Amino acid sequence: MSEMKKISMIVNDKVYSLEVDIRESLLEVLRNRLHFTGVKQGCSVGECGACTVLINGTAINSCIFLAVWADGKRITTIEGVSKDGELSKVQQAFINEGAVQCGFCTPGLVLTTTALTESGRKYSDEEIKREISGHLCRCTGYNKIFNAVKKVLNDQ
Amino acid sequence: MFDILRIEKPETLEAALKMLADNPNLKIIAGGTDVLIRMHNGSFEDAELLSLRSIAGMDEISILEDGTISIGAMATFAQIFRSDIINEHLPVLSEAAVSVGGPQIRNMATIGGNICNGAVSADSATTMFAYDAALKLISPVGTRTVQIGDFYAGPGKVKLLPGEILTEILISEAGYKNTGGCYIKYSTRKAMDIAMLGVSAVCKVSGGKLSDVRIALGVAAPTPIRCSEAEAYAEGCDNTRENLKEIGRYAVRASKARDSWRASKAYREHLIEILTFRALKEAVKRGGGVDIE
Repeated sequence: MSEMKKISMIVNDKVYSLEVDIRESLLEVLRNRLHFTGVKQGCSVGECGACTVLINGTAINSCIFLAVWADGKRITTIEGVSKDGELSKVQQAFINEGAVQCGFCTPGLVLTTTALTESGRKYSDEEIKREISGHLCRCTGYNKIFNAVKKVLNDQ
Repeated sequence: MFDILRIEKPETLEAALKMLADNPNLKIIAGGTDVLIRMHNGSFEDAELLSLRSIAGMDEISILEDGTISIGAMATFAQIFRSDIINEHLPVLSEAAVSVGGPQIRNMATIGGNICNGAVSADSATTMFAYDAALKLISPVGTRTVQIGDFYAGPGKVKLLPGEILTEILISEAGYKNTGGCYIKYSTRKAMDIAMLGVSAVCKVSGGKLSDVRIALGVAAPTPIRCSEAEAYAEGCDNTRENLKEIGRYAVRASKARDSWRASKAYREHLIEILTFRALKEAVKRGGGVDIE
């Protein structure tokens, strides 16, 4: 019998208090327990970026982040990015630039880009490429994703 | 699901040390980017973990009164890369920090974890070797400080004694002041890759002559290493292309490169020679010397 621990976290501005299995990753809790299925499971070893969520505004791979570590943290998933039915500027830029194909990498990329826009920093083209390098996309060839990220950062 | 039997999340270092003393089976987990992946791959079962994530202040980066730079073991690579102190005084470490994994990994992985894992490819360790970093290790019986060069025991093995926790990485002012440095990570991909070879070069330049040259290599031996023969040869050398090339050739002598699926021994030795030259050339330039053609 494995151990359970009670945690309390804010996911997309709503408080959740629940018991989690200490063996669970945050990815598993978000998908299987709270049904935020926009968090995608890809490689499970922190390489593909599909499971990216923001913790207190910082992008991390939720597949290698223990659920018990989320206690007291503020988490944003793709479900929490649009507000009142309005897409965020990042989401709109991805659509405008045609940066979405199958969509599996999109939630993670949108969240990483959201963190970049909220950092208030300027990014050169090389820095943009570096900052989105933790996401694998097998459809687009990255150009359109890069264009979307650059556009939304320049338009700020 | 990870095969975890229990996990402790102490909020103070004192509590963490006591838990570790009471239960020697506890395995320390910091950022988790190595430990959890090894668990995912089945490297160990029924893990009893001691998480250091809830201890406040273990990620601080500061300059002490005597000029020593202190980096908290729980500082993430993103924190190091964004730190004004590091960028001003240890830009090479910033360069190494931003070469680790990808952005999300850098937001999670810690320098202390990177060092304590004993990985031969650790980007931060190579640079810490070049800066003669010291490690502050705390246990219930006291505090000891060891030079990073004495801390590595072999691939994936470090001399962390039972009950000890690495709390700080210290770089003395003598280690970094008036130096120029450069880290080159050589890997197949520009991002999300492990170094095939890492070279960190630090030096001082005055009147066109090199001094205090320090060359550290990653993935060139079972642990990160310093190239003592090359360093001795470099002392007092004029900053010329031929001398820097020769220092690169000397650097190969310190290595114990081997064939692996990532690269052959011959290729690694070639990389050591060429990349040492390039890293040192850049370090000289950054240290205020002439950029040789």
